[in-house]
Amino acid sequence: MSVAGARTIRVVVAKPGLDGHDRGAKIIARAMRDAGMEVIYTGLHQTPEQIAETVIQEDADALGISILSGAHMTLVPRVVELLRAQGLEDVVVTVGGTIPGEDVEPLKRAGVAEVFTPGASTEAITEFIRGSVHGR
Amino acid sequence: MPPCNYLMSTLFRTPVSDEEWRGAYGLSPERDVPFTTLSGETIEPLYTERDLPVDDRASIGLPGQFPFTRGVYPSMYRGRLWTMRQFAGFGTAEETNERFRYLIEHGQTGLSTAFDMPSLMGHDSDHLRSLGEVGREGVAVDTALDMETLFGGIPLDEVTVSMTINAPAAIMLAFFVVAAERQGIPPERLGGTIQTDILKEYIAQKEWCFPVDPAMRLVTDMIEWCAERMPRWHPVSISGYHIREAGATAAQELAFTLKDGLTYVEHAVARGLDVDEFAPRLSFFFNAQIDFFEEIAKYRAARRIWARELRYTFGAKDPRSWLMRFHTQTAGVSLTAQQPFNNIVRTAIEALAGVLGGTQSLHTNSFDEALALPTEESVRIALRTQQIIAHETGVANTIDPLGGSYFVEALTDRMEEQAYDYFGRIDELGGMVQAVKDGYPQREIADAAFQLQQEIDSGRRIVVGVNSFTEGDDAQTPILRIDPALEQKQIERVRAAKAARDTGAVELALADLKAGADSRRNLMPLLLDAARLHVSEGEIVHALQQVWGDYRERPVF
Repeated sequence: MSVAGARTIRVVVAKPGLDGHDRGAKIIARAMRDAGMEVIYTGLHQTPEQIAETVIQEDADALGISILSGAHMTLVPRVVELLRAQGLEDVVVTVGGTIPGEDVEPLKRAGVAEVFTPGASTEAITEFIRGSVHGR
Repeated sequence: MPPCNYLMSTLFRTPVSDEEWRGAYGLSPERDVPFTTLSGETIEPLYTERDLPVDDRASIGLPGQFPFTRGVYPSMYRGRLWTMRQFAGFGTAEETNERFRYLIEHGQTGLSTAFDMPSLMGHDSDHLRSLGEVGREGVAVDTALDMETLFGGIPLDEVTVSMTINAPAAIMLAFFVVAAERQGIPPERLGGTIQTDILKEYIAQKEWCFPVDPAMRLVTDMIEWCAERMPRWHPVSISGYHIREAGATAAQELAFTLKDGLTYVEHAVARGLDVDEFAPRLSFFFNAQIDFFEEIAKYRAARRIWARELRYTFGAKDPRSWLMRFHTQTAGVSLTAQQPFNNIVRTAIEALAGVLGGTQSLHTNSFDEALALPTEESVRIALRTQQIIAHETGVANTIDPLGGSYFVEALTDRMEEQAYDYFGRIDELGGMVQAVKDGYPQREIADAAFQLQQEIDSGRRIVVGVNSFTEGDDAQTPILRIDPALEQKQIERVRAAKAARDTGAVELALADLKAGADSRRNLMPLLLDAARLHVSEGEIVHALQQVWGDYRERPVF
């Protein structure tokens, strides 16, 4: 049902690292689907390489990374790097999880569009992705 | 004006019957809120003696008396307070050993070990998948040598130790037994718990190494070996905590946890063990969420169901087999990143529910845990919270102070009914192992989590500081940073341990393990042999995976 300039947004929701906390990822995935997006959920324990590959294969507009293992400073910049190396400059990358405030700026400098911490509403996240994808 | 007179007389006359009270209530204003529990259960404005169980003497009974609704021991906290057991672990075994000694110095009475993600998933610290995760969310343990360091200077025959690890639990228990051997302490004298509850991993926490069936075999091997060699040890801590954290309702936490427990019993009995040989050593682990009375009812119902099932379904004759003893942890998911000091209050209320529910041990979360691992300062406040409940509030002066409360007894009965409804549905699916393979409890939990989030997002359910009363956050909270150099330190530790071994003996031990995995032998003795040779966790898991394969979840949301 794509209208010129307003095709359905395709989002990959990804769980990098070894933690199994998938409550947030699943809630966000469902909320974005209910908001009319096409959502691809990678499942748990993905490597940065697997995530980048999924984004490429699925021709995604946005990537939502959910991470609660504390390894975000290692894994997130790696995912962004891999996307950039494939020439995917305009994929909107967001991160959600237990991210200490002082890590937010470094993540943004690494190419993350926004960081959502505990308490963020599904609506705020969905709206952000919609706005960023359409504003590209 | 007759209507007004009628209203006044109804409102201010002393109601003499339930009906009159109902009339008066109906004429009173009512706040426009849902009046439901956190789990979405409707709550009546009033409970009366009509809400007590019909057979109240038989259902409620006395403490220490079947079916143990009021507590598992006759004296409860009058005899001995609950064990204050704070969960800790980060960095390498050296850092965590220091934190353990700190907690013991501050009056903690038992130890509880958090392992890092690579250890939980069966990867060594020098594995590629471990990058960035070593020592982050718990302590890194790769070989029996790390276990020795972890408990260095701690008398393992005096302090009880809890280890939160599941898929590789049998391996970690072998490391622990070897570490104790080297302190000169035989397994018979070790007291403590290892979590081992693999079913709830597939359901909720999602840290696995092997497919469901061999994983169940490994659990049963441990139960069997511990029944013979470790009389003071709890080989499984059947856990609802993670099920609840993943978004389950209270009733789902209760039902899935108990059904998991009953499934381990079935498997051990099928192995040929007498139920009374191992059931007294099974213990439980529940969440303490913020809905105070619902939680208390959950614990009381849990004791009653377990006692009845063990006695009547499994024919256990030893009364100790009927006792559900449990650890409680306050709800991590109830903590907010906004205005984090409010979390101290939340945790105190949750902890109180655990105590009034009759818990045997308790972990209170620290207020900064929605942000990072806790600092020493925040951990101390969490421990002090328990000490205030124990020594200042007076709640430990009498046993089960809420027993007989119309409301609490009614909630307890309802919780029990809901658990049996779930048992029925799971049995229809072919039992818990099959239900887990089909993703049934996983879906039920995801649905409940989504529903709750919608309530919060729409503002129907208020979370203070998150969707209401949000006037600015507190100043930046100092958080614990894990030094990234610790990862490198641990990688060097495991490499050094591997380099110092007799390679031929290691190869042989791994070959024996593979042969054992392919047979029906109990694997524990083989795991102990490997542990003594400092075969690493990752090497053992890898060898077993060559025989059993690994596990992949179908990603659904």
